[in-house]
Amino acid sequence: MTTQHTLSVLVENTPGALARVAGLFMRRGFNIESLAVGPTEIPEISRMTIVVNVDELPLEQVTKQLNKLVNVLKIVELDSTAAVERELMLIKVKTDPQTRGQVLETVQLFRAKVVDVATDAVTIEATGDSGKLTAMLNVLEPFGIREIAQSGRVAIGRGARSITDRTLRAVPGQQSTAI
Amino acid sequence: MTGTAPEQATALETMTGAQSLVRSLEHAGVDVIFGIPGGAILPAYDPLFDSEAIRHILVRHEQGAGHAAQGYAMVTGKVGVCMATSGPGATNLVTALADAHMDSVPIVAITGQVPSGAIGTDAFQEADIRGITMPITKHSYLVTDPDEIPRTIAEAFHIALTGRPGPVLVDISKDALQNATTFSWPNELALPGYRPTTRPHGKQVREAARLMVAAKRPVLYVGGGVIKAEAAAELAVLADLTQIPVVTTLMARGAFPDSHELHLGMPGMHGSVAAVTALQKSDLLISLGARFDDRVTGLLSTFAPEAKIIHADIDPAEISKNRTADVPIVGDCKEVISDLVVMLRKIAEEDGLVGDYTAWKQQMLGVKAKFPVGYDRPEKGLSPQRVIERISELTGPEATYVAGVGQHQMWAAHFIDFERPRQWLNSGGAGTMGYCVPAAMGAQVGEPDNVIWAIDGDGCFQMTNQELATCAIEGIPVKVAVINNSSLGMVRQWQTLFYEGRYSNTDLNTGGEDIGARRIPDFVKLAEAYGCIGLRCDDEADLDETIQKALSINDAPVVIDFVVERDAMVWPMVAAGTSNDDIKIARDLAPSWEDDEL
Repeated sequence: MTTQHTLSVLVENTPGALARVAGLFMRRGFNIESLAVGPTEIPEISRMTIVVNVDELPLEQVTKQLNKLVNVLKIVELDSTAAVERELMLIKVKTDPQTRGQVLETVQLFRAKVVDVATDAVTIEATGDSGKLTAMLNVLEPFGIREIAQSGRVAIGRGARSITDRTLRAVPGQQSTAI
Repeated sequence: MTGTAPEQATALETMTGAQSLVRSLEHAGVDVIFGIPGGAILPAYDPLFDSEAIRHILVRHEQGAGHAAQGYAMVTGKVGVCMATSGPGATNLVTALADAHMDSVPIVAITGQVPSGAIGTDAFQEADIRGITMPITKHSYLVTDPDEIPRTIAEAFHIALTGRPGPVLVDISKDALQNATTFSWPNELALPGYRPTTRPHGKQVREAARLMVAAKRPVLYVGGGVIKAEAAAELAVLADLTQIPVVTTLMARGAFPDSHELHLGMPGMHGSVAAVTALQKSDLLISLGARFDDRVTGLLSTFAPEAKIIHADIDPAEISKNRTADVPIVGDCKEVISDLVVMLRKIAEEDGLVGDYTAWKQQMLGVKAKFPVGYDRPEKGLSPQRVIERISELTGPEATYVAGVGQHQMWAAHFIDFERPRQWLNSGGAGTMGYCVPAAMGAQVGEPDNVIWAIDGDGCFQMTNQELATCAIEGIPVKVAVINNSSLGMVRQWQTLFYEGRYSNTDLNTGGEDIGARRIPDFVKLAEAYGCIGLRCDDEADLDETIQKALSINDAPVVIDFVVERDAMVWPMVAAGTSNDDIKIARDLAPSWEDDEL
């Protein structure tokens, strides 16, 4: 049995960094369940949130291999009990005058919101962890789901500590050349 | 000299990207580049023409440039450099880059790329070489801004040489080479994501030393990392202090002298009985810069079943990759071994604890004496093992030996007397047939006054022997011993053993008429066509004289066609996928232990 792990990977914001990380997962035989990339509070650093299904030992190996990539600055595994995890989903649901009220009720129930309305459909924006989003989809299913767009998971540790703290200090701390 | 820039205080100089590249390479300490020009890299070749510090050696195929850079790097300990143009020029470097990646050889490959505006348009001679080489380089760059050239070159050389060494590719677009820039060599490198750990953790070293004094049957399992770390002297101190038996892997031959009593030889698929047995029966493996490769462990689940593992490596990803380590130590082997020696002495002084391995050592020396690595002389024809053994005996361990891949490589690993680090070059991890001749060429450039023997096979030799032209023209007097058994010998051996002697596509027809072969090509004529001296030997009576003749020539490359008997096999052998416990010393013949309890 494999378990799901959420990795936060800080990388230098350089071309090719994403390809290197994704390629490494492929090469070592791991499937990425979801991947989200975006900027951080430091312009030179991007953050990848990678969700993988893998055993503990191979995960350690892939983490070590990731650490070897020159553009990778830091890898932190986020424990779901000590982190906030969110995914964003846009759902286009079929509606008619009879069902629209029920759909809107579902939207309220899940604290989602309607971002577009047409005569025969509404588009819903929902955020949450994957459990909540799955539950909402189950409820909406009978009305007819026309289209889904879903983001990768993003996650951040709870509490005051920041994983970029030390990395930030490391950036100007350059090595002297050995040659 | 290297590294410092006398003109740093002066105003920035305006120049082309190509001039900046050559200046950067000079600053990085480059004295030789192996390469071939072409369209995209052409701007770089113009200022290179004027460089007094850098010698460019025009090779005949880019793969040769890559392996030559490896050979140069392996003998000098410096970064080897190769250069090629875009597209096919760059893709021809791929095998050498993969080889350097597997064997941790520090090389930098500079490739030209199509102009930045044309990237991604399938332009003439365009290939995404950075993408292609991503999995087989330590790092890679695509430079499209000439201002980035000095910093990129400085980083590339630093990354290639430090930590676990490896290949770095720098792909530079043609417009970046042509456009104007200012040159300034960076005094500092900004590599926040690259900080190799070289200092071992004191607690781990203490833990390792405690396991060592408590062990009864320890083995020093020495890998190529000891050579890369220049730690052979430290290793000798550790072995002499502890009296622990030593095995040296294929990549580590020479890290510990073969003549040393404690040396049990090479472990692995074709390892000595003593080395393989020592690992299997050990209760503590002290792995130094080795990586538990499948060719060493055999069937992993049955490898050294009773052994605890101390695993020291500069690459944390190697530790517990194949075999879980009880004591992991991340660090440079030189520092790890020095610290271990200090710690063992301290434990002896303060706690009075000293390991006693006398019985174990005697037992293993007994196995070594009983099962030396040997060979049977054929009834007729020249013995390939004998040829290699005599080359070593007549030349000595001061010479550098380079091998291709296959039977001759294994025989060279066994029958050459290895006494010093960097005496032995081969393609260990990748197993690249064709490595030998160009790597020997690079080694000779790195050691112009030394004797360089290229021990090659008839199959391997035909893959890259075009570099003989380079050797002849550039005055690189390598000595190539072609161990010619007229076939792809190692594959043929497997066909003999595992495919009922059905020799599917392994006959190369390079032998003589006596075995019905057609001598295509005739290696003596081929050597002569390339401006080299060609010799042939097919009789043991002429063996010494032929080798002496080759040794007497030092102003031209020599190729010797040693026509050997083709049925010789490499023994001992652990068949692929089986346990090291099932080692055979000859066909269907396991070592007989009689009443020895092992």
